[in-house]
Formats: sequence, structure tokens, C-alpha cells
Amino acid sequence: MNELNYITNDYSVKSWLLTKDHKRIALMYLIAITFFFFLGGMAALLMRLELLTPQADVVQAETYNKLFTLHGITMVFFFLIPGIPAVLGNFLLPLMLGARDLAFPRLNLTSFYLYVAGALFALSAAILGGVDTGWTFYTPYSSTYSNTHVITMAVGIFITGFSSILTGLNFIVTTHKMRAPGLTWFRLPLFVWAHYATSFIILLGTPVIAITLLLVGLERGFHMGIFDPALGGDPLLFQHLFWFYSHPAVYIMILPAMGVISEVIPCFSRKRLFGYRFVAFSSMAIAVLGFLVWGHHMFISGQSIYAGLVFSFLSFLVAIPSAIKVFNWTATLYKGRIYLQTPMLYALGFIGLFTIGGLTGIMLAALGLDAHVHDTYFIIAHFHYIMVGGTIMAYLGGIHFWWPKISGRLYPEFWGKLSAMIVFIGFNLTFFPQFILGYLGMPRRMHVYPPEFQVLNVLSTAGASILGVGYLLPLIYLIWSVFYGRKAGPNPWNATGLEWTTTSPPPTSNFETIPVVTEEAYDYTSRPEIPYV
Amino acid sequence: MTTHRDQKFLMSNPELSHQFETLDQQAEASSLGMWVFLVTEALFFGGLFLLYTIYRLKFPEIFMECSKLMDLRLGAINTGILLTSSLTMVFAVHSSEKAEKNSTVIWILVTMLLGIAFLSIKGFEYHQKVTEHLVPGPTFQLDSMHYREAQIFFSLYFAMTGLHALHMIVGLGVLAVIAAMASAGRFTRTYSNPVHIVGLYWHFIDIIWIFLFPLLYLIGNR
Amino acid sequence: MWNFPLFPDQASTFAPAVDSLLAFLLVVTAFFSLLIALLILFFAIKYHHKSVADRRGAVDSHLPLELVWTAIPLAIVIVVFLWGARVFYQMKTIPSHALEIFVVGKQWMWKIQHPEGQREINTLHVPMGRPIELTMISEDVIHDFAVPAFRIKQDVLPGRYTKQWFQATKTGEYHLFCNQYCGTLHAQMIGTIIVMTPVDYAHWLSGGDSESTMSSPVTGLTSLVMGGNTLFNKEFNCISCHKHDGTGQGPSLQGLFGRKVELEGGGFVTVDEGYIRESILQPNAKIVKGYKPVMPTYQGQLQETDITQLLAYIESLKGSP
Repeated sequence: MNELNYITNDYSVKSWLLTKDHKRIALMYLIAITFFFFLGGMAALLMRLELLTPQADVVQAETYNKLFTLHGITMVFFFLIPGIPAVLGNFLLPLMLGARDLAFPRLNLTSFYLYVAGALFALSAAILGGVDTGWTFYTPYSSTYSNTHVITMAVGIFITGFSSILTGLNFIVTTHKMRAPGLTWFRLPLFVWAHYATSFIILLGTPVIAITLLLVGLERGFHMGIFDPALGGDPLLFQHLFWFYSHPAVYIMILPAMGVISEVIPCFSRKRLFGYRFVAFSSMAIAVLGFLVWGHHMFISGQSIYAGLVFSFLSFLVAIPSAIKVFNWTATLYKGRIYLQTPMLYALGFIGLFTIGGLTGIMLAALGLDAHVHDTYFIIAHFHYIMVGGTIMAYLGGIHFWWPKISGRLYPEFWGKLSAMIVFIGFNLTFFPQFILGYLGMPRRMHVYPPEFQVLNVLSTAGASILGVGYLLPLIYLIWSVFYGRKAGPNPWNATGLEWTTTSPPPTSNFETIPVVTEEAYDYTSRPEIPYV
Repeated sequence: MTTHRDQKFLMSNPELSHQFETLDQQAEASSLGMWVFLVTEALFFGGLFLLYTIYRLKFPEIFMECSKLMDLRLGAINTGILLTSSLTMVFAVHSSEKAEKNSTVIWILVTMLLGIAFLSIKGFEYHQKVTEHLVPGPTFQLDSMHYREAQIFFSLYFAMTGLHALHMIVGLGVLAVIAAMASAGRFTRTYSNPVHIVGLYWHFIDIIWIFLFPLLYLIGNR
Repeated sequence: MWNFPLFPDQASTFAPAVDSLLAFLLVVTAFFSLLIALLILFFAIKYHHKSVADRRGAVDSHLPLELVWTAIPLAIVIVVFLWGARVFYQMKTIPSHALEIFVVGKQWMWKIQHPEGQREINTLHVPMGRPIELTMISEDVIHDFAVPAFRIKQDVLPGRYTKQWFQATKTGEYHLFCNQYCGTLHAQMIGTIIVMTPVDYAHWLSGGDSESTMSSPVTGLTSLVMGGNTLFNKEFNCISCHKHDGTGQGPSLQGLFGRKVELEGGGFVTVDEGYIRESILQPNAKIVKGYKPVMPTYQGQLQETDITQLLAYIESLKGSP
């Protein structure tokens, strides 16, 4: 291991901060989003601590409102949306395509610094006293009534949005123009398809949230009547504009995760993914349909019943491609050779939890049922099953799967499996009781509640502390493995995919000569086993 | 680590970035990148156009009345300036493709001058609005019952033309960059794509203005 | 402490309808979740790399299977869509003979106005077995009037009325929540719905002892119609222009409520609560054909609770315009 790789190439700080190497940029993103994940996580723990009792004892109303706002904003805008694309996507896309870098490396670095700039604004808003509007910024509370640092926070999210847009742009151009010879569209890893679909959503949706936040700022700063009825505006207009982005945003958060699963399942079943084309097209279908359903967040907002009917119907349709994927992943296991290493445990957990989360989404798409559970803990449970039980499990699975490639080290398998199980148990204990609480009627965004809701809240908090442990463990042992883990060869999982043909870690320019691809994707017939596990 | 063959190739093609195999691939990628970026810009401006549409459908007469308060002369002059600048930009792209260094630089500079003229006139118009008390907010004054709705028109005017002007300023910056590149003789028959994609951006801004002008200046029954 | 509920009370006619939809969906969810979970478990064990299972004939695509597992979920969701839409439609179709109660939400309390004049804060007494229509508006930000036991919920907006209805089926006290985050004391914008038998309700209306110790109504016995009468004919003198015989500067409002009127400049509007409120606060927004824009605005002079009284009064004006 005396050859230079992308880590050892140059140790100076400047070579990292001014790097154009997609792999280094991915690592810098990894550090940044891990920071925000734990920041958002701490906000959540404080909230759950407060919710142990029906009264306000840990924090008062004002602080609690700022905590749930911080939790939502950091998790959505600074962890989940950049998340897998910025870390795994940036690192792997050129490698998977047989390219030396993304199409626009300097733009990629710009993306990173835009993220940092946005993050600094957001942190400033938090430090200056926080924001108490909820991550959804509903008007006229956010544009007129709130006395908190809304504009600073909005600027932060605005700037970070451009980080997202430029990443999406880079991915689309790279996928179109920089595939290695022989790498046709239907030979691409499904991880690439997933990021391609995600990039479409990013490009078409993010500008709209940017404009929306800009307008909130204008109304707040110059009292222009756009969303506040007292100034002649329309509060529902805000909701339409906001959700036009924020619904597709959840597909930005889940599609890359599905891409990870589509890589892990074949490798640890030693089988080509079942229904490759169906899974590829499902990703595109989700991207398109995802733009047509935003009104399901507004069934009881005062929107017309006819709009509700249309959005309800389309919301049911968008569930179908996800169902197709779940069935295809499961079918891949049939007659495979199953290995239950850590990435596979996360992937299998993902399938189960995503299925539950998705089916509760079907419940919400039903108009008559949504009226009762809207804005209750039922909704919270639903989206956490998808975001945490889904995306975060896939993210961790992906981190573990590609850790040898990224770091050149193997993580300790025992601790990996243990953490995966702790996460699974902690997750379910945290969020399952919330379905019950929500149907009972406990609203979200409240730190005090009627006493009969206490036991379920206590269970949820207990789960949250277990979940916290489950997340801390990988942080510790992954960092440990960088220094003391066993060194990894180029392909410890004997996986298909061009990224596994380089050294671990890869050299700075990825490939000595650009490979020529002659095989279909996931050709595991010639490699039926993972040796030495 | 590039092979010996790759290093020779790179040295004879200094404009080829390391991630690309050929100049053609690089040109195609950067063109696609610019088109994709313009799509996002369309969505970005689109939000404001949507808002305009909604509020104009709500208060059509008020919008028409407010449009009459716009300075049609200056708006028309600016439209002419911007259209001309798109023409000069086309000439710049053409010259760069033929590696005609001096024409390229001149046409880019002319385009920049026209852009600066546009922005100056816009700045003058904004100043006019300030003195006429038509800036939404505490200083807004209009002798009309439809005070509040009129403010919405002017909010949209400032937001849309302001965003447009911001894009023009960025455009000027980018034009300066390619002027410098042209002047350093970097554009050849095989490498002129930067001028082409800046041209795309410039034309896009022009098209935005072509929608803004009638929607803001011409709807007052003129 | 262990006597906590796992399921909400069913206290309205909607509750069984919503709960049966839930039951169906729970079955579907349980079925598919268990199916996937068990398949995963089964395959992970049977085809574990250390096992000697028969792996011959493994395929990676099967069009009929793809079509089946697309078609079945599609069929199920269409059924669920229609069912959910039907329930929702019932929730949105307000019976014409419902008892109309006005709700004004503001940071951070609910103000209730009964037509007979009773006012309540954070509490709502209703009779059992009768449709109740809530006409709601906010004085500031978006709130939401939610009663889980009735399975109802509707956002309460500033600047615009929203409505919902219910028919209570069980006496008792039930939680009322503000279900749209509305600022600092959002969590304390909690109230109680007190469902009484019709007899008890009548008793309560007339100012008798309340069965519940949670609150007592402010005994203002001026009905909404009477209050509106005073506002219209005395305090704000609307009658001076809106003479009942139509000879004033403004149109007569007799029998106007619910009618369609033609507007100056074309177009029609149905005279409902929203139009009347808009005409009071922004009189020149939609002027009736044949009239001049001379009505002054009453923005800032009338509270939402005053406007509801005027609405009740104007709605009560019978006859033809």
C-alpha cells in the first residue's frame, strides 16, 4: 500500500480544501452532514426527554418550538437531502461509470462550499436564538407573526438549495456524457439510475423552494402582501408553493436510498437484481409522479374537495412503483446465496420498515382517514418510518458496504451487526407507539399533552435513547477502523461494479485506463461466493 | 495516474480537463450542463411568473392601471438594447468558432457595453420609482382605493426585474471572463465552447426580458 | 397509570366510518408487511449461503409476475381511494338543517359563539344527535379545530371562513386540540367539547347550572341575530344605505343570503359568509352590478365576533330583495 491513493496523495490542508477530487469532496460532505445529523439528533433527544411527562419540565414552550424547528430543518435540509447523493453519490458515481471525475469538478467543490455557507447561516440563526416556525414555515406565522430569526434561516436554506441544484446538474451531465465505452444505459448500476432520477427532482423542484423562501423574506422584510391575508395575500398560496418542492423532496431523500439497496441486495444474494428494468423505470416513475401529489399535505387546509380528490388519487398511484421495487428486491433473494453481513442486515431492515412506512402512506392518501390523523403523531411515525427506517438504514448500509473502498479498511463486523440490530430495535420502539398516539389524536409540535398519552410517550423516548446508542456505535467504530481496522483489498465483497476494480482506497484519477464494459450489470453467475467471510 | 500516452495527449490539448477523454466530449458535457442549468433557471423565474399570473387573474384592472405607470419609453429602449446584445453575442460565438481572436474580443466587449447600458437605464428607472414613491413598503404612496393590490404589482415588478438584473450582472462577470480568455488566445477551432455556453445563458436572460417587458409595461392598453 | 387508552372514543357518526376504513387498511398493511417480512426471513434462512438448497433455475425477470404484483396493489389502492373519498365527501357535505355555531381562533384560544348568544372560551357545549356546523375563522395565523373523538379536523384560516360539521353520538367530554402549529403557546390551545343530551343542552342554554365543572358559559343572552341587529341598525348604521326597501345607496339585504348576484364588470358570486365578510372589510373588491363603489371599509372597527353576529342577522333577513 505504498502507492498513492486519493487520501495519501497530498496531506496539506489546502489540497483538501481546494480539491477538485470528487472523492475528497465526498469525504468533506460526510463530515459536515454527520455533524448536522448529530445536531438534529440532539434536538430530538431533548424533545423526547421533555415528552417523558405531560407537563413542561425540561424546556418551556418557546424552547421546545425552536427545538422541533431545528430538528426538522437540520435533518431535512442539511442531512437527508444532501445525504446519500453528496456522500455516496459523489464518491461512487464517477467510479461506477468508469470516469475519472464528475463532469464539473470545480462546480462540485462550489456545491460543497455553498452547503457550508448555507449551513453557517442556519447555525447562526440557531445560535442567535433560533427559529420557531417549524421546518414548514407556514404563513402568516413565519412571514408576519414570528419574532425569531426567520430570514437568516431562510437565507441558509436558500443557499444550500443551490448546492443541491449544482450537484444534480453534475450528476445528470456525468451520467449522460461520461459513461465508459460499452456501459449502455441498461448496463448501469441501479444506484446510478436512482441518482439520475433524483437529480431530475432536484433540478425541477429546488428552484421553487428557493423562490418561495425568497418571497417569505420579502413579505417579512418589506411587508409585501403575498402570503398574509392581512396584507392582501393568500396563506394557501404559500402551502402550494412550499409543498410543490417539499413533496418531491421526500423522493430526493428516498430514491438514492433505494439505489443503495439495489446494490447491496444483489451482492449479498450473489444474484442479479430481479426485474432490473422494472426497478430502473420505477425510479423514473416515482420522480415524475412525485411532482403531482403535493396537495396531499393540504387535504384539510381549506383546499377544494375536488383538488383533494385529484391529489388523493395520484398519491395512491405514486405508491405503486415503490411496491414494485419492494417485490423485486424480495424476489432477488429467491434461490440466491444469502450472506448476512452488516450491509445486508441494514438492507433487509430497510425493506421491512419501508414497506410499513409506505403502507401507512396509503392510509394517509385516503381522504377520509387523513382528516383524522393529519398533523398528529401518526404522520410523524409515517415519515420517520420512511426517513429513518428507510433512508438512514440504507445510508448506514451503504456506508458499511463501501467503507472498504472509501477508507481502505474493514469495519469490525461484530460491532456492525450489533449496531444494526440496536438501531432496528430502537427505531421500532421509538416510532411504533407514535402510530397509536397519532390515532388517539395527539397533535404534533406540542410539548405538553393530556396525561393519558404518557405511557406511549415514555416507550417512545426509551426507544429513542436506544436508537441514539445504535447511531453512536458506528461513529465510534468507523473512526476506529480508519486507524486500526484491517486493511481492505480492492474487492472484499467480490462484488460486480467498476468501483470494485480499483484499489481500496482508489487512486486520485480513479482509473489508469478507462475500462471497456462488456458485461451486463450484476453478473454474479461467475462469482457465486464472497470468500473469507 | 495517467499513462505516458495520456500525458502526451494532454500536453497537445491544454484545454482538455483531466476528467474528459476528448475535447468533443468536454464540449458536449458543458453544453448539456448549461442547458440543464437554464431549465432550473426557468423553474426559478417560473415561480415568479406563476405568482404574477395568479395575482393578475385576481386583479386584472389594477394590474393594467399600474402598468400605465411604467416608463414605456425606457422599457422599449432597454428591450432594443438587449435584443441587439443577443445579436452581438451571436457574432462573438461565431468569431470564436473561427478562432478570430480580435473580433471575438470586440463583440464580447460590445455585448458587455450593451449590458451595462441596460443596467444603467434600469437603475435610472428604479431611481424614478423611488422618487415617485412606488417602492412597496412604508414609503409607498398611491392615490387609489386599490392601494394594497397596486403594491403587489410593484412588488412583482421589483422582484422580477431585480432578479433579472442580478442575472445580468452575473452575466457581465462571466462575459468578462470569456473576454479575458479570448484575449489570451485560448479559443481555437476545436475549443470555443465556453463562448457558446455563455451565449446560451445570455440569450436566456434576453428571453426572460422578452416576457417581462409586455407583462409589466404593455398591458396598460397601449 | 396502566389504564391508558390505545384507541380513541367513538363519539360521532363519522367515527365508525373512519375506523372501518382504518381496519381495512390495517389488515392490508399487516398482510403485506408480514408477507414481505416472512418471505425475507424464509429466504434468508433457506437460501443462506451455507445451506444446501436447490438453486437451479434461478431467474432474474418474470413479466407475468411483475404484472401481477403491479395489478393487485393497483386494484387495492383504487378501492381504498374510492372508500376514502366517500367518507371524506360525507364529511364535507354539510346537512342543511345543521345547527350553526361560530368559532373564532386566535393565538392562543378558541372563542365560540352559539346562535342563542352563549359565548364560550376553549369549551364547546353541543347537543347529542343533531348535526352541528362549525363556521370558523382565525384572527391571526392558521389554526386547526380538531376533535379526535369525532374524527374531525379542519384548518382555521385568517381572512376566510372554513367549515366542518359533525353529529355527536355519545355524551361526555372530549379533547379539542389546535392541530396546526400557531406559535409559542400552541400546545396550550387545548379545549373540551362537552356533549350533552338535548334536554341538558337546552337547560345549559338557558343559563342553568352546568353539569360539567370545566366551565360555565358567559351568560350573555343576546342571540347572534339580536346582536347583529343592534350592530346593523344602531351601532354602525348599515341600514342607512342598505334600506330594506332597496331605496338606499346600497342594495337591500333581504333574502339575499344564498343567492347568486351579478357583479359590476361581469361575473357572478354566491352571497355566502365569505362574500359578506369581504364586502364589509373590502367593499370595493366585488361590487354588485348597478351600484357605485361608495361603501366605506369597516376594517379595524369590527372584530371577527362582531362579523359573525352580522352574518347571523343578515342570514335571518327573509323576503325578497
